[in-house]
Amino acid sequence: MTTMTTPNIAPEAVLNGLQETKPESVTIVCLSGDMDKAMAAFIIATGAASMGMRVTMFFTFWGLNMLRRKGETSSAKDWLRRLFGVLNRGGADTLPLSRFHFMGAGTSMMKKVMKQNKMPGIPELMDIAQDLGVKFIACTTTMGLLGITKDTLIDSVDQYAGVATYLAEAKNGSVNLFI
Amino acid sequence: MSVSFQADEQLDTLGMFCPMPIIMTSKRFKQLEVGKVLEVLSDDEGIIQDMPAWCETTGQEFLGLEEEDDGTGKIFKTFVKKIKA
Repeated sequence: MTTMTTPNIAPEAVLNGLQETKPESVTIVCLSGDMDKAMAAFIIATGAASMGMRVTMFFTFWGLNMLRRKGETSSAKDWLRRLFGVLNRGGADTLPLSRFHFMGAGTSMMKKVMKQNKMPGIPELMDIAQDLGVKFIACTTTMGLLGITKDTLIDSVDQYAGVATYLAEAKNGSVNLFI
Repeated sequence: MSVSFQADEQLDTLGMFCPMPIIMTSKRFKQLEVGKVLEVLSDDEGIIQDMPAWCETTGQEFLGLEEEDDGTGKIFKTFVKKIKA
């Protein structure tokens, strides 16, 4: 019979190890397709990722427009959803402001001011987020509903999933936002 | 004002707003050797609160802040030491 030796491990050391393997997690639901709200979402996401947090962004409804290639419509089989794709074109740099859009004039003014002040726009913020390891999840329910097909989305989508995937991540999250 | 902090490397984020100074600091820290001090230049006032907060969350050491006024506006110099990989 072998004798068991109890290893002398300090509880703090074990806890520290756990915290290192399980970093704090942030989840953001991006429902809005407005530029100002998307900016807030990406600034929080990139900031959190820079602080060593694990970040998951779940894109649903109008938020999915950020993940769509510019000008892409829909390749759904039925005409109703194809028409919807024509009316609701995607593209991260075509998002309107939630206020002062003024048929596009307000939004392009805002973009100009941002450029003058070296502020990154939505496409740049998305690249930074990707670079920092932020996970992008596209909501498959919205994709079905709005007739958005995988081939019309950008390559940086990490997962196509639903509410359970979001909740599994969110229940571990210390910061969960709905924008 | 006399220089009270010695930096090994410098990062210029002048003219950039949140979150760029923090993102650039985080990126630079990946290449920085443990034990070295990075000086981050910024003219965004938010850095006064943001840099200590970034250090607290990432477990790096915030050494301090110096303010300078070059006549056109304030420049904030934050000094951060890499104490863990």
